[in-house]
Amino acid sequence: MSTAQNVIVENDDVPLSLRRHPTRGEVMAEICTQLDAFRSDDAQVIRGATVISKDLSIDSLAVMDMIMELEDRFDVSIPMNTVAEIHTVDELADTILKLAARR
Amino acid sequence: MGLFDRHAGLLDAYRDVRTTGADPFQIRMERVLSPTEAIINGKKCLTVGTNNYFGLTFDPSCMQAAIDAIQAEGTGTTGSRIANGSYSEHVALEDEIAAFYGKKHCMVFTTGYQANLGVISTLVGPEDFLLIDADSHASIYDACKQTQAEVVRFKHNDPASLDARLRRLKDRDEGDRPGNRLVVLEGIYSMLGDSAPLKEFIAVCKKHGAYVLVDEAHSLGALGENGRGLCEAAGVLDDCHFIVGTFSKTLGAIGGYCVSNDPDFDILRVTVRAYMFTASLPPSIVASVRQALKVVKARPELRRQLWDNVATLYDGLAAQGFKLGPEHGPVVGVHLPDRMMAIGFWRAMLDAGIYVNVAVPPATPNGVSLLRCSLCAVHTREQLEHMIEVMTGIGRQMGVLTPKLRAAG
Repeated sequence: MSTAQNVIVENDDVPLSLRRHPTRGEVMAEICTQLDAFRSDDAQVIRGATVISKDLSIDSLAVMDMIMELEDRFDVSIPMNTVAEIHTVDELADTILKLAARR
Repeated sequence: MGLFDRHAGLLDAYRDVRTTGADPFQIRMERVLSPTEAIINGKKCLTVGTNNYFGLTFDPSCMQAAIDAIQAEGTGTTGSRIANGSYSEHVALEDEIAAFYGKKHCMVFTTGYQANLGVISTLVGPEDFLLIDADSHASIYDACKQTQAEVVRFKHNDPASLDARLRRLKDRDEGDRPGNRLVVLEGIYSMLGDSAPLKEFIAVCKKHGAYVLVDEAHSLGALGENGRGLCEAAGVLDDCHFIVGTFSKTLGAIGGYCVSNDPDFDILRVTVRAYMFTASLPPSIVASVRQALKVVKARPELRRQLWDNVATLYDGLAAQGFKLGPEHGPVVGVHLPDRMMAIGFWRAMLDAGIYVNVAVPPATPNGVSLLRCSLCAVHTREQLEHMIEVMTGIGRQMGVLTPKLRAAG
C-alpha cells in the first residue's frame, strides 16, 4: 500500500463521471499517470511524498502544463499563485480535492 | 549554498550549448549593414531573426527624424515623466497612436516589456482574476508575479479552455466569485508565429463579462487592413478593452504603448510603477517612431512584401520537409528534434552566413527546440531562396529531413 498506484485500484470501480467529487485515489492515480513520463528512471516509484520539481525530471513549464491537464480532468482551476506552494504529490492531490469540494 | 547554486541546472545546459563552439545568446553583431545584413564573426551575414518586419531601422525618413530630434532636444530625458515632465513629442506620439487605433487614450512606455509588465499587473489586484494563454510572452508571466490577482493559465489558442476556466470562477455555496476578470492574449505568438482565434476568444470573454487585453507586439503593421494588428484583422477593435504594443519591431526603435477607451485610463500614469520609476523615451526614439508610424500608414505595400516573403520562406521550407509552426506568420519557427540539434543547426547556418534565432527550453512552449526566423519586407526573393537551399543542405546532412520528404522536395 505504499505506492500511490496501489491506492488507485481500490477506488477505481465507479467511473468518475458518475460521482460529484473525485476520491483521493482517483486524483492520485491521475497525477501518477501525468507524471509517469517524468520519472528519473524506470525503477522510480511515485509516492505521496515525492517532491515534484526535485525528485522528477520535470521543468517548471512542464509542471504547469501537467497541472492544466489535471485541472480539466477534475474541472477545477489551480491558480498559478497556489502552484508555487505545492511541492509534493500529496500536496497537489490535497489542493485538487479541496478545490473540487468547493464546486 | 552559494548564491549561484540554484542555477546549477541552467549552467550545465548553457555549458552544453557552448560546446558547439558558439554562444547563440551572446552573439556579436560586429556591424549592422542594413535591415537584412550584418557582419558577424568577420563575415557578412544575411539576418533573418531581427523582428525588423518592415525594415524601418534604416528608413531614411525615420533616421532623419531621429537626427533632427537629437539636435533640437538632446540625447535623453534623464528622468521619468512623473518627475521630469513630458516632452511635447511624448504627448504627440500618444495622441497619434490613440488616433491610429481610434481609441481615446494612450500611454507610452520605455519598453514593450514594461508596458505589459506595468499595465497587466496594475489593472487587476486582490480578489481579481488574471487569465493568460499558456504560451504568453515572459513580460506577461512577469506581470503575473507582480500582481496580487489570482492567476489562471489556459491552453494555448484554445477558447474552450478559457471558457472552462472562466466558468469555474465560482463557489458551490457563494456563486460567482466577485472581482474583475482580465484575459490576456497576443496577436501573433513570438515563437511559432501563430495568431490567436480572437473572434472566438472575444465571444467567450463577452459571455463571462471579462475584460480583454491584446498584445500586438508582433502583429503591428503585419495584420489588419491598416496594420493595426489582429484586433483589426478580426474586426474586434471595439471589443478589445486594452491593446498593448511595441515600437521595437515593425517601428524599428524601442518602447511600448497601451491604448484604451476607458475614461479613467490615465490613472495608470500614477499607479503603474514600470511607467513612474523609469526614464522616459529619448527625443530621437519618439521622433523616429512618429515617423515610422507615418510610413506604416503611407506604405501598405510593405505589408504585402512582408507576407510575400513569409510565403516564400514558409512554403519553401515546408516543401523540403521541414516541420514548421502551424500557419504563415512573420515569424517562422522551424522545429528540430532537440536542443543540441537546434544549436548545431543554428551554428551551421551561421557558418554559412545566415543568422536566425535559436529558441530552446525553457524559453519555448511544450519544450520544443526551434530555429526562429523572422521575415523582413525588404528581404529579397533571392536572399530567401538562398536561405532555403542552405537550410535544406544542412537539414539533409544532419538527417533532419526524412528520405521520403526529400524525394518529395
